[in-house]
Amino acid sequence: MGVGLEHFLVVAAILFTLGIFGIFLNRKNVIIILMSIELMLLAVNINLVAFATHLNDLVGQVFALFVLTVAAAEAAIGLAILVVYFRNRGSIQVDDVNLMKG
Amino acid sequence: MTSTDLIVALPEIFLAVMGMALLMVGVFARGNPSRLVNYLAVISFAIAGILAVATFDGSQSAFGGLFRVDSFGLFMKLLVLLGSALTLIVSQDFIEREQMARFEYGVLFVFATLGMMMMISAGDLISLYLGLELQSLCLYVIAAFRRDTARSSEAGLKYFVLGALSSGLFLYGASMVYGFAGTTSFAGLATEFAGEGGPAVGLIVGIVFIAAALAFKVSAVPFHMWTPDVYEGAPTPVTAFFAVAPKIAAIALFTRVLIEPFGDLVAQWQQIIVVTSILSMALGAFAALVQTNIKRLMAYSSIGHVGYALVGLAAGSQDGVRGLIVYMSIYLAMNVGTFACILCMRVNGRAVEGIRDLAGLSKTNPMMALVLAIFMFSMAGIPPLAGFFGKLFVFQAALEAELYTLAVIGVLTSVVAAFYYLRIIKLMYFDDPVEKLDRPIGRDMVVVLGATGLFTTLFFVFPALILDPAAQAARSLFAG
Repeated sequence: MGVGLEHFLVVAAILFTLGIFGIFLNRKNVIIILMSIELMLLAVNINLVAFATHLNDLVGQVFALFVLTVAAAEAAIGLAILVVYFRNRGSIQVDDVNLMKG
Repeated sequence: MTSTDLIVALPEIFLAVMGMALLMVGVFARGNPSRLVNYLAVISFAIAGILAVATFDGSQSAFGGLFRVDSFGLFMKLLVLLGSALTLIVSQDFIEREQMARFEYGVLFVFATLGMMMMISAGDLISLYLGLELQSLCLYVIAAFRRDTARSSEAGLKYFVLGALSSGLFLYGASMVYGFAGTTSFAGLATEFAGEGGPAVGLIVGIVFIAAALAFKVSAVPFHMWTPDVYEGAPTPVTAFFAVAPKIAAIALFTRVLIEPFGDLVAQWQQIIVVTSILSMALGAFAALVQTNIKRLMAYSSIGHVGYALVGLAAGSQDGVRGLIVYMSIYLAMNVGTFACILCMRVNGRAVEGIRDLAGLSKTNPMMALVLAIFMFSMAGIPPLAGFFGKLFVFQAALEAELYTLAVIGVLTSVVAAFYYLRIIKLMYFDDPVEKLDRPIGRDMVVVLGATGLFTTLFFVFPALILDPAAQAARSLFAG
């Protein structure tokens, strides 16, 4: 049995779901949330590249490259905001992010 | 790429160049260049607006269909530029008083606005994503701009995490749409869906993900949970900006995506929009009743307003989109004005944001109380103020599209919402002042308050000024 498109899609879907659950169920550390976000974006990249190969079309690969670039910028900004936050609160526990009710 | 491509995108290119030039100004100017950079940024917005009008020549697409210009995009871009410029003008005094006057503030405004203009003009899922991210990344930073306070950095952190989550949802949806339709361009998707037979299941999944992500960006229920916290935590002028420009851009994007590529799937997405719209209107009305912080109140109020704007989109018709455009124009004026009033709320030089602090304003500052009362009446939808007409057009469109339940619920929730707007008026006019608010409020503020107040009051005298361009814009969107 060869590895087909469905296998890639299933892996991507599982990774994406793990990313979402990582954001919502994690009660420990904000860094884990940042990792979960990266996981979601990488799952999307697997999806895009798998579809691009399947359709024999370059657009998906170009899209994946753009996503990679933006994800790097996003991670940089996320970490910068996290550093600013840590300076003010002295903690990056998710449970401590509660100055405002929401 | 040809030279016509460059001309079509001239306003965006100009803003990008200005953003980089302003960074240079900020680095090389002597002293604190914050005021200079902010004024230059406002001038850039004005020039970009003029360029957008001057280079406009009917519906055009450039860069191989990645970039689209049409009346709808032009109108929304002008609204966004106006919103950004006005909020930047009213910011200046506040950021100087609160020791957050760094030149990056204006630069971030320019880049965020550039991102919004690219979102509005996107003709492809890839360019849409890039515009969306350019805007969002700037907004995360601006939310945390008061980096020495815990509340502002917490607002930035929350906005970042939930914003990144919504970007992830959008990308997943875009990848599904790409995989099952084989293209990412809006024109290609539209032809794909125009054919016989229903769309594949994968496509529906993709559309649902994209719709959820965009609902996040416009803060429609059930994806609104970041809004109150971010609005409350961010510095007040930043909140004003968030409530105006990104919201208009996101609504424009939402409309374009649903009408252009997915226009033939109205039956599939109409139900989703109807439900989010009803939930947004209801939550905006009921959750705001118990708020004591005026920025948080405005957050719930803006969720409610998005609900009303989505009524127009739910109709899925040309009239509905026209109503939505008119609604957003009026929303811009009312919100900029209200936030200008909130920015003027100071007691002994300290910024305050409790609703109680407005008590007795009619005795201490009758003019400001009058203007704020006009905005509150207008938001509540009392004729003949502008807010009434905004609601009128979207409900009319909903009735024509036979969405009777939606229209009835909309009217009912606007009655509930009227309660908390009127409560502010009652506080200002019938309660005794607790602490006197500082005066004077500054010349820029007076100009902005006067202009938005006059627009809100006198809209009914010359409605054609907005109605005709809005109708043309809606037509251009449906022309394909």
